[in-house]
Amino acid sequence: MAFDKMELQKIEVWDGNRAAAQALRQSQVDVVAAYPITPSTPIVEGYAKFLADGYIEGEYVMVESEHAAMSGCVGAAAAGGRVATATSSQGFALMVEVLYQASGMRLPIVLNVANRALAAPLNVNGDHSDMYLGRDSGWIQLDAFCPQDVYDLNFIAFKVSEDHDVRLPCMVHQDGFMTSHTAQGVHTLTDDEAYGFIGEYKPMNDMLDFEHPVTHGVQTEEDWHFEHKARQHNDLMVKVIPKIQAAFDDFEKLSGRKYNMVESYDMSDADICVVCMGTSVETAREVATEMRAKGIKAGVVGIRVIRPIPFFEIAEALKGVKAIAALDRSSPNGAAGMLFNEIAGCLFNTDTKALLSGYVYGLGGRDLTKAHLVSLFTELQKNVDAGKVTTPLQQFIGVRGPKLSFL
Amino acid sequence: MSEMKKIKNLKEFSTSADRFEGANLLCPGCAHSIIVREVLNATNDDLILSASTGCLEVCTAVYPYTSWDASWIHIGFENGSTAVAGAETMYKALKKKGRLKQPERNPKFVSFAGDGASYDIGFQWISGCMERGHNIMHIVLDNEVYANTGGQRSSSTPIGSSATTSPEGRRSYGEKRNKKDMISIMASHHIPYAAQVAPNKWKDLVKKIQHGFSVDGPVFINAVSPCTTEWKFDPKDTMHLADLATDSLVFPLYEIIDGHELNITYRPKDLVPVEEYLAAQGRFKHLFKDEYKYLIKEWQERVDANWAYLNRREEARV
Repeated sequence: MAFDKMELQKIEVWDGNRAAAQALRQSQVDVVAAYPITPSTPIVEGYAKFLADGYIEGEYVMVESEHAAMSGCVGAAAAGGRVATATSSQGFALMVEVLYQASGMRLPIVLNVANRALAAPLNVNGDHSDMYLGRDSGWIQLDAFCPQDVYDLNFIAFKVSEDHDVRLPCMVHQDGFMTSHTAQGVHTLTDDEAYGFIGEYKPMNDMLDFEHPVTHGVQTEEDWHFEHKARQHNDLMVKVIPKIQAAFDDFEKLSGRKYNMVESYDMSDADICVVCMGTSVETAREVATEMRAKGIKAGVVGIRVIRPIPFFEIAEALKGVKAIAALDRSSPNGAAGMLFNEIAGCLFNTDTKALLSGYVYGLGGRDLTKAHLVSLFTELQKNVDAGKVTTPLQQFIGVRGPKLSFL
Repeated sequence: MSEMKKIKNLKEFSTSADRFEGANLLCPGCAHSIIVREVLNATNDDLILSASTGCLEVCTAVYPYTSWDASWIHIGFENGSTAVAGAETMYKALKKKGRLKQPERNPKFVSFAGDGASYDIGFQWISGCMERGHNIMHIVLDNEVYANTGGQRSSSTPIGSSATTSPEGRRSYGEKRNKKDMISIMASHHIPYAAQVAPNKWKDLVKKIQHGFSVDGPVFINAVSPCTTEWKFDPKDTMHLADLATDSLVFPLYEIIDGHELNITYRPKDLVPVEEYLAAQGRFKHLFKDEYKYLIKEWQERVDANWAYLNRREEARV
């Protein structure tokens, strides 16, 4: 059975979900097993419509839960072909068991996550709680700041995930609604360019090679479990970053669009900077530019690769800066924020002795406004001038009621 | 077309090459391995297998060893059916795209799971697989208990059985609820084939497995698997227990075609009283105390009623 190619405009007006659905179509995924959940639903709806209209040759299974979606993806990936799905929030939480199984079984799968808050209280809007929930799951995790990134990073995800030296599943995160439902201009690749970039799926240990039966998902106890986990961690720490870099380089040659492990903005001479993820990166960049007009040397660091954490690249990006704000869009529930801790770890043994403070923001879709960022940058400059952190180490911004701060 | 084995007798059967090795860690006397060998021996076609977490899984794929000479996958406790459904979906995709390495082969997709992984924790996953019409066969190795974790009750555990989470005691006769009627539930998905089998009736079992492989769509098989450890009988008596199970009609052998056409496939010539089946197992020992003897009578009445029901359905062809 054949399928039709689709003629795209050079620039399409797509939201993040549409960009993801188009990227999956162009990647000629063999099996999508999926379950709908706000705000990622339009990805699988869009994919289903492409299928219904004859633009997809692969199989699409609408299963009965997100747990089953990832289970089906694991079975399909082990059978030996290209596999992808999408989810958000509670669905992601339901998948967590299988996320660990997928990565531990070393199966390439691409998961688009339209990030959303976790209940309770129930909330459909964007924050990074689901992203943070999965951060130790053994997946490669890329972060898109806008629909263009979603589109491009999906191709990067397939290329790195399916590399025989890697064989690890990969998430592409995007902010629920702010990216997933906000249309922007997206520069496209032709169907041939996109598929050519990823290439045909090359099976490895595929169950469907009947001449070479394979056992997937074995039992190990104290005799072997540690070695398996250590090897997986080793590959994440050692192999993945160079593979992502190579994929970024190849992609730049193809598209002219350059991606980095850590996306630095105005950092070369910055005194103060914000480190954040998702759509907040663009907002922070805009405000940083405005701060520079006022004579404050502000910069922004966006984390493009969340796992494996680009430890040295983060340290390098923050070298020379005097005050840093780590912005976490997930309630740490009894600790410093994840980014605060990661940055502290990246810098602790270096010569960079920047003042580090943490901010928790945007939970359940609460806006991060430019005004918030102006006062945040102003606080950082105050810290620089005072030579110490003048505020509590952890502050909540944008929450109603008396000012909340800790540590 | 699928390729079926023609096996005439038990001797030929026992020496027939199979893809499940004798080297495994299952208890001596465990019926699981017998059932699995009978299933795998029913076809010469390639097999893609899965096992849900449980006795069969932990005893046959302990790294760096495997007992399986066919592709096999385990993910978790609840999702073995969906694992093999995912593989079957990939098979369809690659077939369509012309990317199968051996396109002339005709693989069968089978998931094995215990009653806990089927009746309880994996229930939704199996229902989903049945509803979506995957070309897979789900086989329950039904030992009526969470045997792998040491004998906790499942929704397949029958009334009066002493399990570690429903133990008999001074004020309890053990499990209070009757076994879930899983075959009826699965047949209600209007799947092409559902059946109950037993390892002692191997010809009946092989015939049903082969029928299951020949139909297009999902198949559900419930296999009684006497558990020497949790039912508490001597490991040498496994087949005797299976005989008691089928011949007392506690485990009647029947099939349901297309969700409605019920056929009884085995009618014991010499009916065994249910009491004899219960008496052969330590898990029912307490029922023979005077105060619980009424339960044995109720057991017999329940089995009789079920047999009458199956006969009525067979006769009515509905």
